[in-house]
Amino acid sequence: MSSSAAPATTGGTSRRMQGEAATAAQEDRQDRETGATVEFRQVRRAFGAAVALDGLDLDVRPGELLALLGPSGCGKTTALRMLAGFETPESGEVVVDGEDVTSVPANRRDAGMVFQSYSLFPHLSAADNVAFGLRMRKVSARERRARAAELLELVGLPHHGDRYPHQLSGGQQQRIALARALALRPRVLLLDEPLSALDAKVRLALREEIRRLQRELAITTLFVTHDQEEALSMADRVAVMHAGRLEQCAEPGELYARPATAFVAEFVGTMNRIPGRTGDDGGVVEVVGRRLPVDGPGAAPHREVDVLVRPEAVELAVAEKGTKGAEGTARVTGTTFLGAVTRISVRLADGTLVKADMTTHTATAFPAGTAVTVGLPERPVLVDERRA
Amino acid sequence: MSASTDVTATAAPAAAAAPATARRRAHAAAGPLAVAPLLIVVAVAFGIPALAMLGGAFTTTDNGPGTAVHYTTGNLTASLQGAYLTALLGSVKLSLTAALISTVAGLLLAQAVVTSRYAVLRHAVLSASGVLANFGGVPLAFAFVATLGNAGVLTQHLGLDKAGWSLYSFWGLVLVYLYFLVPLMVLTVIPSLDGLRAQWREAAQNNGATTWQYWRHVALPVLAPSLLGGFVLLFGSAFAAYATARAMVGASVPLITLQIANALNGNVFAGQGNVGLAMSLDMVVVAGLVMAVYIPLQRRSARWLV
Repeated sequence: MSSSAAPATTGGTSRRMQGEAATAAQEDRQDRETGATVEFRQVRRAFGAAVALDGLDLDVRPGELLALLGPSGCGKTTALRMLAGFETPESGEVVVDGEDVTSVPANRRDAGMVFQSYSLFPHLSAADNVAFGLRMRKVSARERRARAAELLELVGLPHHGDRYPHQLSGGQQQRIALARALALRPRVLLLDEPLSALDAKVRLALREEIRRLQRELAITTLFVTHDQEEALSMADRVAVMHAGRLEQCAEPGELYARPATAFVAEFVGTMNRIPGRTGDDGGVVEVVGRRLPVDGPGAAPHREVDVLVRPEAVELAVAEKGTKGAEGTARVTGTTFLGAVTRISVRLADGTLVKADMTTHTATAFPAGTAVTVGLPERPVLVDERRA
Repeated sequence: MSASTDVTATAAPAAAAAPATARRRAHAAAGPLAVAPLLIVVAVAFGIPALAMLGGAFTTTDNGPGTAVHYTTGNLTASLQGAYLTALLGSVKLSLTAALISTVAGLLLAQAVVTSRYAVLRHAVLSASGVLANFGGVPLAFAFVATLGNAGVLTQHLGLDKAGWSLYSFWGLVLVYLYFLVPLMVLTVIPSLDGLRAQWREAAQNNGATTWQYWRHVALPVLAPSLLGGFVLLFGSAFAAYATARAMVGASVPLITLQIANALNGNVFAGQGNVGLAMSLDMVVVAGLVMAVYIPLQRRSARWLV
């Protein structure tokens, strides 16, 4: 973890501590072998009339970091809590390494959890918090101290063992919580929005540290977040959930480039909805004057639809005088500087607002008011029902 | 021209600053004025009696003409001997017993209320506790005498008298004190129980703790300052109770408050007024010792249970 969090140490001491931390990580990895598999099989859970999980099917591979991503109320936290043993499904099974743990109580689940609000015990020092689980298992005081020291070193806080939670910053508390979750060498690590209470800079640093630790320990990890950037940057795979169901589970690149549903397409990244009309067989759609193949099984023929297109896929060109057709009457309404990229807002002839991303250098050719032509690449596009 | 402009420029902010300063001064003066009525009440109801008690406890007045006043520690010495010491120890024993039982019973009841799914139960218990915690004195004594006294309804119906039960005893008094101390504990400890985060329990479970281990290693240590604070409050309440005990047990259970009343009234021995004041000072010292433990713990608890 960041060296800035810990006081300066001599070179020898620092090297020794790094060596100890590496040894601890290696021992953890050996104890865990290749990480556990996790399966949710047709899991259902409702709270009154609200269905939190509606037949969730999800497999987590050994040693991978899988992010559960979705809007509030989609069921991602319920799924995590179910794996931790804090919730019981009405039907379905939760399986870890082939063992049905659905009815195993939380204190015997062998899953380390990091909570959103740290949840460190306020009356215990950082070291005692880390060693809490070992104490519950009646491990000797000497072993507890040694293990706590190893883990504090692992999370980059070797000199903070005597401090109490109220004497630590949010980021430091979350690192202690992470160390506590790892103390019992759990089969699965569960992270419930662990970064959402932290400020942006600390969040970014801790994000990288969690990923590094997860890889070092090769521990199967479920990470709940509503922050798509966090999910896409950290996870091996991302499971997008919506209304208690799994919409798509894929690697970040595939999720972004080939979303399986309109919900995923719009939830992950920015997406334009451009009006179009399907052709005779539903496999082709007419949009901004072009005929493009429809991605997936196709749509009903002769239907008014929305075509889903990423801003970076939209092509703009300054319209030459005398250009005719729908694409020729579009006009730039504004630009938003995003750093290397600038987002250009264009209003089509039918009033639809389309966003197009291009390099900031290129975007200077499209000031507000410029008449432009809008084009799309010759690639299959996702279509959805026309939204009013 | 430029000089006059400068003068105007500097004079304008100064003129604007003057009313602001006056406003600040008036605002600063308003604070002490606002608390003046409270300070007067405290001075009259607490300060003057405290000074009188302090003065009386360390002085003695000659009998006969002249009424010369002498400083002495004899009153304090007398207040810690014989029947007075027995009464002081009796009060401490009664208060500790009643406070201990009430702390445990109040905690269990409050936990049941906090974890109940029925909001109406919580409202009902809180309302009842608010009333019962302030129900003491002669009416409470009468209620118990009518119910569990020698000729009380329950005593007769259940034949408690044949089993050796007597309301007019140490344990009878403990039972009566519980009637207002348990609700007082419920009112005191519910905010602390509300402050226990559900995630602490989950974190403990996640680390392999059983329910008992959670209470033993997390909840009770976190609650300890609040519980001790509640215990101290109950102890003080029981220690200072007078009317209920007077109406029920008279002199059969030795209590410091009854001895103070006797000394001040001259009912048993005349001229023991200053010894009564010394006994009051003993009570203040006991209360002060208890508060010295309570205040730092309460500060710690407040930090944990935010």
